[in-house]
Amino acid sequence: MKNTQEFGYDSRIEGDVIHTSVDAAINWFRKNSIWPMPMGLACCAIELMATGASRFDISRFGMEVMRFSPRQSDCMIVAGTVTYKMAMAVKRIYDQMAEPKWVIAMGACASTGGMYRSYAVLQGVDNIIPVDVYVAGCPPRPEALLDALMKLQNKVQREPLLATLKKPGPALAKA
Amino acid sequence: MNANDLANKLREKFGEPVSAPAEFRGELTLNVADAERIVEVCEFAKKELGFDYLVDVSSVDNYGDDPRWTIVYELYGLAHRCYLRLKTNVSEEKSELPTVTGVWRTADWHEREIYDMMGVRFRGHPDLRRIIMWEGYPYFPLRKDFPLAGKPSEMPDVAFSKPAPIEGGPFVTAPGGKDAIEREPRVKTSGD
Repeated sequence: MKNTQEFGYDSRIEGDVIHTSVDAAINWFRKNSIWPMPMGLACCAIELMATGASRFDISRFGMEVMRFSPRQSDCMIVAGTVTYKMAMAVKRIYDQMAEPKWVIAMGACASTGGMYRSYAVLQGVDNIIPVDVYVAGCPPRPEALLDALMKLQNKVQREPLLATLKKPGPALAKA
Repeated sequence: MNANDLANKLREKFGEPVSAPAEFRGELTLNVADAERIVEVCEFAKKELGFDYLVDVSSVDNYGDDPRWTIVYELYGLAHRCYLRLKTNVSEEKSELPTVTGVWRTADWHEREIYDMMGVRFRGHPDLRRIIMWEGYPYFPLRKDFPLAGKPSEMPDVAFSKPAPIEGGPFVTAPGGKDAIEREPRVKTSGD
């Protein structure tokens, strides 16, 4: 069926100019280029890899650039069981990531400790770092992770960017 | 040459300190009465009897009994394909026995794991550090008197731990009950 309705920007009518707000524009840039930091700690990391592979294809969302350096990544995907031994390392990597940064707790273990009610496992990564999206599942299917990434995109799009930028951020507030 | 012959040879060599081989489901177990002699026994088993492969070293916590610790050595010979299990007991006051890293080098990490989880030390071990928990963790989590939920601990800049919320668990399924409530009680207390 031919789509007769014109959506969004049409250069024939509007020329090379788009009217928008800075918030909307920057958030749009950001949400379509979220580079993940794959914090693969257990079996969830396998599903994370599947999400990156061709069948599910995370690059549809501009997120195919898995960065193994925290300096270059925007979104830490905590995929797997966070043990107490690993906890400080996860926190350190999160601290090294540049703002703006987001966190997805992928799977039951990263969200709550999951089935590991034990002496060795951190009961949810939100005990040490702020989490934006929790994904249920053990491990979650790639579709669930993609859904979480889309939810994160929606969250990024809603961010009051300029208002946040004018306030001193957590790094400045501490000093 | 089967495992029985090999076990009897070991017993002939050492006599009374080594118990008669006990068989259970085709597996032979020998008890070594004196943990201090475990190295000689292992050395003989490897050099003379051809048990060139140490499959595993494990530990048992006989909580409430004396001696508290049992150390179990699983031996295998790649040439004669026989298994043999050696057991030896260590008291809680002592909590120490000689290392067999001099016999099989692979014992290194097995013994480190036992030290980490049970707190039994191995005298003469080349590198007796924790292997799973972090250095400085104050407890031995596989001991029977250690709660499953864990205990709080704090090592600045290294790691911390907190007790896990287990809501009255651990939940143990008991076989033979008529319904799910009977099979899976919410709380398994030490009384039942």
